[in-house]
Amino acid sequence: MKIHSQTEKLEFVRTFISEAAQQFGFDEDSVQNIVLAVDEACTNIIKHSYEYASNKDIDIRIMTDDHRFEIIITHQGKPFDPKSVEIPDMPAYLASYRKGGLGMYIMRAMMDEIEYKKLPNNITEVHLIKYLRNKISR
Amino acid sequence: MSSFKIDIREMSNINVLDLKGYLDAHTAPDLEKVFQNLLERKKYNILINCKDLTYISSAGLGVFMAYIEDVRKNNGDIKLSNMSPKVYNVFDLLGFPLLYDITKDEKEAIQKFTSPKKL
Repeated sequence: MKIHSQTEKLEFVRTFISEAAQQFGFDEDSVQNIVLAVDEACTNIIKHSYEYASNKDIDIRIMTDDHRFEIIITHQGKPFDPKSVEIPDMPAYLASYRKGGLGMYIMRAMMDEIEYKKLPNNITEVHLIKYLRNKISR
Repeated sequence: MSSFKIDIREMSNINVLDLKGYLDAHTAPDLEKVFQNLLERKKYNILINCKDLTYISSAGLGVFMAYIEDVRKNNGDIKLSNMSPKVYNVFDLLGFPLLYDITKDEKEAIQKFTSPKKL
């Protein structure tokens, strides 16, 4: 699916991801976790990569392979490497009353792998990967 | 349109916010406005009833982070109650129960507001 870089589009993304993850066979908790991670990734792109410009594109694709469920989010905003963000020490973080930066922490906690790819033409891909542990192989 | 609604009730010196629906990056500014308005009116005892809150992302959590310091400086607090397990999991993942009073129900939160603080 393709959306414009607008926060009001997040609910469509959540519905799209939720349906796909359910169909793939994830349980309710895992579906919620994946949905939240994708919401956070798209929110980061809207806020930080596109800096709230509302007419930019975000492309969201799902690729599945056996037990692997992968969401690929593509944008052409400012590149941002999720791996460059240190995982905060939450008690210290909370004690300092900081706002923001929590999204990355959530993404990492909810997904098995996060990959970041910088492609030509200023294209950035964020890959969010989750494995379905108990899927019966066909 | 994302469905998110905030109803405000005032009970003695406590303002109760009933959150309903989806609290994400799109709807978090609505909650921010309510907090700003409460603080402008020097209302520092704030109880968030999450009974009908079906979803929260970090944008929503960030609103609580943004105001807790100001509220506590003024001898108030932001307490949260009636969370569904799904919403609580997100708070818990980020360690929020260490910083925020999260109670089972509204009654317990109100008691904590009205009873003297334990050291």
